[in-house]
Amino acid sequence: MIVLYINVIILCLLVITAIAINQQDNLFATTMLTGIFSLLSASLFVCLDAVDVAFTEAAVGAGIALILFLGALSLIKYKEKIKNKISFLGFFIVILTGSLLIYGLQDIPAFASPENPVQTYLADRYIVASEKEIGIPNLVTSVLASYRGYDTLGEVTVIFTACIGVLMLLGRSRGDYKGIVSREKS
Amino acid sequence: MEHHLVLNVVARILIPLIMLFALYVQFHGDYGPGGGFQAGVIFAASFILYGIIYGIERLRKVVHPSFIRSLAALGVLIYVSVGIAGVLNGGEFLNYNVLLEDPRTGQHIGIIFIELGVGMTVASTMILLFYAFARP
Repeated sequence: MIVLYINVIILCLLVITAIAINQQDNLFATTMLTGIFSLLSASLFVCLDAVDVAFTEAAVGAGIALILFLGALSLIKYKEKIKNKISFLGFFIVILTGSLLIYGLQDIPAFASPENPVQTYLADRYIVASEKEIGIPNLVTSVLASYRGYDTLGEVTVIFTACIGVLMLLGRSRGDYKGIVSREKS
Repeated sequence: MEHHLVLNVVARILIPLIMLFALYVQFHGDYGPGGGFQAGVIFAASFILYGIIYGIERLRKVVHPSFIRSLAALGVLIYVSVGIAGVLNGGEFLNYNVLLEDPRTGQHIGIIFIELGVGMTVASTMILLFYAFARP
């Protein structure tokens, strides 16, 4: 029961943080609030017993992503340009999408029910047989690294490809950036 | 920010601890939460902290960008090599059972190696992204 209360409190804090992010026009404060949002989501994942996901969220969302945002912020101005015009088309689209999502919620199976399709297909087999087949206690690692090793290979390749893409766009090889700085100064 | 004495001293204490924790997460992923991805991010965080405190120039001297670039490729290469090793030993691609005599030991070895590959690629990618975004 107490976990339910903690979940509700964290969800409320998430909503408050999201509203604060939306209201803020100082980009530095927005970045920091995004970090707080990630940390809150990480604690929510801990409450849901998804420790591995919480770990990733805390390390990536609250750690690295924040640093990269700050790095990008050092290249631009801190203040957001304010647009006072209210777009009715945008408002309409948001309301429409929101109501469609709420309508779609009716078909989603009950939260954490053991009868959910996702629990009945392969989960049992992993829980029963993975200790015998793989021989390591952490189920998440054996699913990610062994049963779904091909998917993880794809993930690593995606990260590597993203890295190549960013380097092609932004990467300055050694010495080059000095030239850019001196050109900016002159 | 090197002239900030507090930051300087704290970073000096923290950086080795962060690296140690990253290695723990990397090689303890079979038993507790964690694995290559998280470990790579944490390992990169120690380098990024160094870069923020002592300046990007000194970080470039510690780890050269071209070295990190080859490390990122090497991680993916290790992962694929483990898969191909399974094929050469008469199994399917990424089947670790055939890597050693005992299937369970083979699974263990295979998982440790692919997690190492994941960790290397993720850590080097994060450091390279920091290099790309950080202002000298």
